[in-house]
Amino acid sequence: MSLTNNSLVTLEDLSKEKILQLLENAAKFEACPNRKILDGKIVATLFFEPSTRTRLSFETAANRLGARVIGFSDAATTSSTKGETLKDTIMMVSNYSDLIIMRHYLEGAARYASEISPIPIINAGDGANQHPSQTMLDLYSMQKTQGKLDNLDIYLVGDLKYGRTVHSMLTAMRFFNPTFHFIAPKELAMPDVYKQYCRDNGIKFIEHTEFNKDIIAGADILYMTRVQRERFSNLDEYERVKDAYILHNDMLEGSKPNLRILHPLPRVNEISQDVDENPKAYYFQQAKNGLYVRQALICNALNINVD
Amino acid sequence: MGKTELKVAAIENGTVIDHIPADRVFTVVDILGLQKLDNTITIGFNLKSKKSEKKGLIKISDHYFTDLEIARLACVAPNISISLIRNYEIVDKHTVSLPDQVVDTVKCSNPKCITNHEPMATRFITVDKVAGTLRCAYCNREISVDEIIFK
Repeated sequence: MSLTNNSLVTLEDLSKEKILQLLENAAKFEACPNRKILDGKIVATLFFEPSTRTRLSFETAANRLGARVIGFSDAATTSSTKGETLKDTIMMVSNYSDLIIMRHYLEGAARYASEISPIPIINAGDGANQHPSQTMLDLYSMQKTQGKLDNLDIYLVGDLKYGRTVHSMLTAMRFFNPTFHFIAPKELAMPDVYKQYCRDNGIKFIEHTEFNKDIIAGADILYMTRVQRERFSNLDEYERVKDAYILHNDMLEGSKPNLRILHPLPRVNEISQDVDENPKAYYFQQAKNGLYVRQALICNALNINVD
Repeated sequence: MGKTELKVAAIENGTVIDHIPADRVFTVVDILGLQKLDNTITIGFNLKSKKSEKKGLIKISDHYFTDLEIARLACVAPNISISLIRNYEIVDKHTVSLPDQVVDTVKCSNPKCITNHEPMATRFITVDKVAGTLRCAYCNREISVDEIIFK
């Protein structure tokens, strides 16, 4: 029997109840991360595109649950370089393992894998398309630091055009009545299709091009992303805005006491080093939360109850 | 119908494709490969229509189209009507509309979509039946009728 219904391809497939249940389970793993509830299970991590951070987080999660891990971290060492199809790789690996965690450079690869695989698939990122475990850990971090997910003022800063994490967050937050503030240079503004999505789903949003202390004074969550040079068609425009979306510690004066700063990492220079010491900086703990969230996602995919 | 309105001759047997948006008439000709047929074909272009400002109409004598051909047609010219004519009578008339899903007919325009790299069927979810907007079920790329490329 196919277990593909337990695959996680995108958060759009999850109900509000399921999201809340996964977050609740993640909290249980944070309280007690070492549980040998996957004893005897084999988890395959297939990374057709290198992603050290995500792979280590998933592999640590599987190991702490007592599973054994097989897989590869670079497609260059696999048969796909010999022209093997994704389907054949998935069918082969599903003979050996109970769960496949896959990162792929092609968009839609996870959806396709979940359709053909006899065992569940967890999408660990498919090109510029979806990265649901990142969004889940963002939600977990927001819930943990704010004590709730409802009615938050969330400020998204930087590259809102290409940033898949900010797009996924809009989708995942549709259940929780957020107010979004989009802070980005014109060239990297939130695309119309996502603004329309917000309107269609009753999500409030306000757009800004300025990034300063007055603009962010009302924020509960400041979600920073990187403004990348290669995203600009006009390099003069890049030079003009490249330093305009950097968060400095002095910009946090007057911010709300409950404000927390999130970033999907890796950071380059968009959060200056002096912010790291500020208790409102939360990006390193945020990354750590990824472990607990991924433990919850793995158990969900394998139909394992978490007590 | 009065004589003044009869701008295109009636056919004895065959297919009448009506309510084609004026700017899609030649796309329809291409998709159905009409230029390769030996049958008598009448093409009306920029005709006045009640439904839309200008429309196109094509009458093909002694020829009927397959479901697959009609499905392809629906992708580029949603909401056209197709009448089957036998012995000068309309024996079937229906409006073609996009199905909820378009399977293995259209190519995804995203070069990084998995469907362009694996030997697999494409699948699109119809987002807007009237405007003809499709979304790839795999990479989520949205494409409009103007951008459609067939597999």
